[in-house]
Amino acid sequence: MQHWHRGPFWMRRRGGTGGPLRRNPDDRLLGGVASGVAAWRGFNPTAVRIVFVLIALATTGFGVAGYTAAWLLIPAAGADRSIASKARTDARGIALAFGLGTLLTLFLLVGGVFNDSWFASWAWPQVGTVAGLVLIWRNGSADERSAIRHYAEPLGAAVGETSRNRRSAIRLAIATVLILSGAVSLAKTHASLALLAPLGGVAAVVAGLVLFLGPWWLRIARDLGIERQARVRAEERADIAARIHDSVLQTLALIQRRADDPQKVVWLARMQERELRSWLFEGRGPNEADEDTTVAAGVRRIQQDVEARYGVPVEAVTVGDCALDENLSALLAAAREATVNAAKWSGASVISLFAEVEPEEVSVVVRDRGKGFDPESVPEDRKGLAESVHGRMTRRGGAATVTSAPGEGTKVSLRMPRAAGQPAGRT
Amino acid sequence: MNVPRVVLVDDHGLFRSGVRAELGRQVDVVGEAEDVQPAIDLIGSLLPDVVLLDVHLPGGGGQAVIQAVKADHPQVRFLALSASDSPEDVIAVIRAGARGYVTKTISTAELADAIHRVAAGDAVFSHRLAGFVLDAFAAAPTADDPKPTFDPELDQLTSREREVLRLIAQGYTYKEIARELYISVKTVESHVSSVLRKLQLSTRHQLTRWAAERRLT
Repeated sequence: MQHWHRGPFWMRRRGGTGGPLRRNPDDRLLGGVASGVAAWRGFNPTAVRIVFVLIALATTGFGVAGYTAAWLLIPAAGADRSIASKARTDARGIALAFGLGTLLTLFLLVGGVFNDSWFASWAWPQVGTVAGLVLIWRNGSADERSAIRHYAEPLGAAVGETSRNRRSAIRLAIATVLILSGAVSLAKTHASLALLAPLGGVAAVVAGLVLFLGPWWLRIARDLGIERQARVRAEERADIAARIHDSVLQTLALIQRRADDPQKVVWLARMQERELRSWLFEGRGPNEADEDTTVAAGVRRIQQDVEARYGVPVEAVTVGDCALDENLSALLAAAREATVNAAKWSGASVISLFAEVEPEEVSVVVRDRGKGFDPESVPEDRKGLAESVHGRMTRRGGAATVTSAPGEGTKVSLRMPRAAGQPAGRT
Repeated sequence: MNVPRVVLVDDHGLFRSGVRAELGRQVDVVGEAEDVQPAIDLIGSLLPDVVLLDVHLPGGGGQAVIQAVKADHPQVRFLALSASDSPEDVIAVIRAGARGYVTKTISTAELADAIHRVAAGDAVFSHRLAGFVLDAFAAAPTADDPKPTFDPELDQLTSREREVLRLIAQGYTYKEIARELYISVKTVESHVSSVLRKLQLSTRHQLTRWAAERRLT
């Protein structure tokens, strides 16, 4: 999108976007605010990021909250609304943000009693950050959610582990004992017992708030879990729905449109069946090609391609299997040509494709019950059979026989000796 | 030609009614069942000529029906039907005693033909089943097959039988096979029946191993 000038990284890019300030989700570490600003004014995004970090350090953490606010308020490139404008209607999200905010405030109040050094001044702005992140999490795009998840997951995992643990009650009890004994020892060693007075007051306030708000926090936490499960389920369902839509529904629509053409309908149904089957039972997507490394896989590929391209069902049977070498690839190429020929010219309703791997040779028979032709009277310009089938086979020491008569269908038999020294591998 | 009496056993109602409608007067569909136990009871009371049996039934599969009915009513013949083409299932149901196997995509005319054939005591091999059998009996026992075979007559196909199976796998009808090999249709039928017997009675351990290996084709 942008042209880079080679040179030191703080060099300006050529011009800015000139448009309104937009976050740039394509090039982002968090919310894409820095790269958005960079693109807007034409700076190097890395330079902007460094400046942001410096600002955050200088303002003792308010910069972080400011960044979150910018994330909320500046719309992403391509979106017409900011996350904040969406969040305004999200009552539960606002409640959740407020809940987490009060919880954090509480911790900071407690912490502030013991320690009012730089930590507190850093932590206070993060009340706003956390609340903002909650709103972004609930209202941002899936992309932005995954960005937050990416950074929040290690934290969540640590917390989740302890809460899942059956002995968490014991651990909590020990933690409480430790904290209490710590507080007692602090109180003892502190010269002035006056410290105990505000501590007692804070403890009372905390206990009261927990009594008041505890159930609410719990419910919010539970809701969050339920909501997350529901989201996972919905995403799974959407995934399956998309797959079914791309394949089955499209085919059904086609079938309805082609209802007057039974052959086409049969073909569509077969295609769909094969595709669905390979997705359900073999875990293969419709566009994931299997490696054509064996005779059986190659035959399956011929079957699929010819059915897809010419709409004629191919009944393929493979007996035995072995790895492909150059000769056998040539055999399959000839078999493909013969099958395509049958699909194009014979007018048969089904083509059978039979491959057998024997210890000494591999044979393929392509057969149809269609029009047939007189092999003597094939015009010169229809070289397909002669050149690509016959030539291909004889050049590599194989043989091709074509049996056909008008009205009798066509049978192309191909044989290719297997290279010596290969074991009669069967799968 | 007397019309064979047929019982349909399939857990899909839609499929049963479809087959019943399509077969029309070519066969006499006397009953339908959708589960193993009801099917066994129904077949025991109706004693049809042919049971059209889905390989995949809830509660034991088609195999269970064949095994239960065979003991008391050996004259009832089974034609297995399946959408799956999984060789393991197919071989299992044939070895349980089915006289043939066809896929559910078979045309109505061919299905009716297959039912008549089974009713007359012949075997019916779809092109896919013929491929499976060729594969399972493939080649003479070699060095990678340490166990000696116990009954060479049962454990190997004759070259004629193999030829017939190859042609079936290539989509030939019995009539076309007879013409191709300059033999009578009766002879083709007897070759196929003989293959079926070998398939059902052979102790050849490759059969099982082969089917297991082919689980995911």
